[in-house]
Amino acid sequence: MDLKDLLALKDKELSARKPICIRCCTAAGCLSSRGEAVKERLERAVYDAGLAEQVEVRGVGCLRLCCQGPLVQVDPANIMYEKVTPEEAGAIVDALNGATAKVSRGDPQHPFFTKQHSIVLANSGVVDPNRIESYIAAEGYQALHQVLHEMTPKAVVDELLTSGLRGRGGAGYPTGLKWATVQKAAGAKKYVVCNADEGDPGAFMDRSVLESDPHSVLEGMAIGAYAVGADQGFVYVRAEYPLAIARLQTAISQARKLGVLGSAVFESPFHFNVDLRIGAGAFVCGEETALMASVEGKRGTPRPRPPFPAESGLWNSPTLINNVETFANVPAILRRGGAWFAGIGTERSKGTKVFALAGKIRNTGLIEVPMGTPMRTIVEEMGGGAPEGATIKAVQTGGPSGGCIPAQHLDTPVDYESLTKLGSIMGSGGMIVMDDSTRMVDVARFFMEFCMDESCGKCIPCRTGTVQIHGLLAKVLAGKGTSRDLTQLEELCDFVKNTSLCGLGQTAPNPVLSTLRFFRKEYDELLLDGARPVPSEPVAEKPRAT
Amino acid sequence: MAVRTLTIDNKQVSAEEGTTLLSAARDAGITIPTLCHLEGIYDVGACRMCLVELAGSPKLLPACTTLVAEGMDVRTDSERLRKYRRIILELLFAERNHVCAACVSNGHCELQTMAYTQGMDHVRFEYQWPALHVDLTHARFGMDHNRCILCTRCVRVCWHIEGAGTKNVSGRGTHSRIISDLNQPWGGSETCTACGKCVEACPTGALFRRGATAGEMERDRTRLEFLVNAREKKQWNV
Amino acid sequence: MAMLTTTSAGKRRAVTAVLEHASGDKRFRILETHMKRHQHRADALIEILHKAQELFGFLDDGLMLFVAHHLKLPPSRVYGVATFYHFFTLKPKGAHTCVVCMGTACYVKGADRVLRAIEDRAGIKAGETTPDKQLSLVTARCIGACGIAPAVVYDGTVTPRQTPEVALERVKGWCAHGP
Repeated sequence: MDLKDLLALKDKELSARKPICIRCCTAAGCLSSRGEAVKERLERAVYDAGLAEQVEVRGVGCLRLCCQGPLVQVDPANIMYEKVTPEEAGAIVDALNGATAKVSRGDPQHPFFTKQHSIVLANSGVVDPNRIESYIAAEGYQALHQVLHEMTPKAVVDELLTSGLRGRGGAGYPTGLKWATVQKAAGAKKYVVCNADEGDPGAFMDRSVLESDPHSVLEGMAIGAYAVGADQGFVYVRAEYPLAIARLQTAISQARKLGVLGSAVFESPFHFNVDLRIGAGAFVCGEETALMASVEGKRGTPRPRPPFPAESGLWNSPTLINNVETFANVPAILRRGGAWFAGIGTERSKGTKVFALAGKIRNTGLIEVPMGTPMRTIVEEMGGGAPEGATIKAVQTGGPSGGCIPAQHLDTPVDYESLTKLGSIMGSGGMIVMDDSTRMVDVARFFMEFCMDESCGKCIPCRTGTVQIHGLLAKVLAGKGTSRDLTQLEELCDFVKNTSLCGLGQTAPNPVLSTLRFFRKEYDELLLDGARPVPSEPVAEKPRAT
Repeated sequence: MAVRTLTIDNKQVSAEEGTTLLSAARDAGITIPTLCHLEGIYDVGACRMCLVELAGSPKLLPACTTLVAEGMDVRTDSERLRKYRRIILELLFAERNHVCAACVSNGHCELQTMAYTQGMDHVRFEYQWPALHVDLTHARFGMDHNRCILCTRCVRVCWHIEGAGTKNVSGRGTHSRIISDLNQPWGGSETCTACGKCVEACPTGALFRRGATAGEMERDRTRLEFLVNAREKKQWNV
Repeated sequence: MAMLTTTSAGKRRAVTAVLEHASGDKRFRILETHMKRHQHRADALIEILHKAQELFGFLDDGLMLFVAHHLKLPPSRVYGVATFYHFFTLKPKGAHTCVVCMGTACYVKGADRVLRAIEDRAGIKAGETTPDKQLSLVTARCIGACGIAPAVVYDGTVTPRQTPEVALERVKGWCAHGP
């Protein structure tokens, strides 16, 4: 396989395209609403109508507006059908001649679609995730070829540094710096790991990317491996995502067969193998040191850092760990240049971010917007606001590590720094809208129960502190709490945040702290003594002057 | 070996590269409280008792796993650290059923001693009172889960000094338990060599020699340290 | 069998018993092939346990001992791993499984009410199996189907937008002996 072969494959795929394409969403959301049957019936209807030469029915990844699934998109007419049933397939095919089908139609001009800016999701809903040719037709693997034949590993890292890409897993560490560290780390053996253990409840961006465009992640990993000098990669996927696992398996074997993974990639001296590792239901394995323990087949307990994985990771070798969305950004950055990427987003947060919009909102689904987009645009314009009769009360970001941003702060631009300032975090990208029927103390208890169940039990603050915090929240909710309990709650939150071993424990109090900060009234109203306790601003994290 | 100089509690200290803050401090006569640390076995940084403050860093660092670096300015004692250490101890006492008066280790218990020295005189948190059992199936030793603080010293000595791999942690979070083999009665364990190292390592009354009654259980930790030193530094002339 | 000579007499007895029992069961052979494909590497433990649970439905002591023996791992390691991850179960499951997603999006849209309805109908709590071994009720920490919340997985089929009524209709036949 060389560039000529790759381009030939691309041309062959493009020239085989038929004038009309019916794209059917076959991501997990739509499949659960009989999306597969819709696709089969459409194929049969096309065949029965004798249109097989003119019309292609393509199973694609996520078409984004999950709440209206199964979704079907017809090109080039740009018609979107919603909540399609298998019985409606005939009507859709009949309407290909320009007639109007009696099938519920979506509006592709809705801000939900027009305000999106696709880099990571560019192929999502366009390419067939089960066919590598479909990815190659969308310029797939060209970046890898270019990197292997025209760039030094250092030049690759420099390009990423220029791009300003920051880790999309939550913490936002500059990707280029991480790559540079692994590149410089001494070690004969190095690894690349893709963190696809998307554990935040309410987040499904990574699942969609893997189901819709698995090759972009593999290509990103391969580029990373070349840049840091690794020859073995692992994708750690959670067991809850069977479809993502299946599509990744298909993608890996197709890439191997074609010679874009494996030995002598693109006839260069570069070798790179990728293996799948399936999680087994442990949220803490999203933490990188716990994830590595799990890849090694052990209990997924974190260990103190330093040493960081970049210096000593899997089997004590330097290891590059990035999340799915981070890797998925890489091919586009190499294809179009770091400067192009840096031109999108804000001063310190570059590029776009994928969010999973869910909860009490009209349009739920997947969106990709430039960094810095105001939350109001996302929630009110794109999401269409709260359903009939309800008003938005808060938006939860960052899952159990994040916080609740109250409605009065909806104009906040979505970037790493602004969200942190509000006591939440960007997190992996879950955005859950809550309306006035949601009780915030209950939300805090929900997340604390989550952290308590998911604590690995290794360090004392997280193992026992979360139990105590949960107990206090339950007491307050039961109407048995006092202002003394609230003081103790704050004390414990500060303690767990500052003394826990890993990110899970350190961020576990965030939902409590942020609801205390913005919705303290709801806590006070539940107290037995009703009195407002001495106000004390949490998050006292002053380094001691010595 | 390169030498690093740093400041611990306003005291100039020099230590070899690769030394932990904990041992550098101990060499300088500064005691940092610990629970999961045990001389002779590797550290896991789990109990968080040894957290120290580092000038210029908002994060607290575990002294047992943090290596010395040039110019570090470390503080091992402050109002904030003392408060956190007391909370850790309170949480431990609330987590399981620590009844000192009836415990075999009364008077020789590291948890008890730590509570005295750290000034933890009462527990403000809700006692959990879990229903836990005592395993008396082993001919020579017993395991009382009521007293266990999950420091994993027993697991580490069993795997890395004895090499038997009998002990491990099962479950997770607050449901974590120390087990033998497939969570079977200790007496029926097919891997246990009855060497007793885990019993020597235990900081509380969780692991004990059978026959010991309240206050009788004393341990000799130096034997573990001796074994490791003898092995690693080849101190035996054989 | 080289390893047998180095283990204690007691362990030899237990392992021999398991191996004897295993020799008559095709599923153990499939599991052995699977382990061979992973070159009996210790780091494949979680993959092997996935396969074992897929074949047997749950992980019992004999099965874990079999895995421990073949991967040359202390039994306590296998047990420690099997109980750390929620996906693994050490008890037999019911004929049908119902997984209620309790992720945030499902929760704010009433998944707790759906769960309570099924619990009441089946007479069991989440994490339990009905006495007649017909239904296992489980909760999940987000299955990533937030766009169609609240979601419930009935025997492996993700089903969108559940209400207590719809869910009860679905599990009706599976918990005939409920209250």
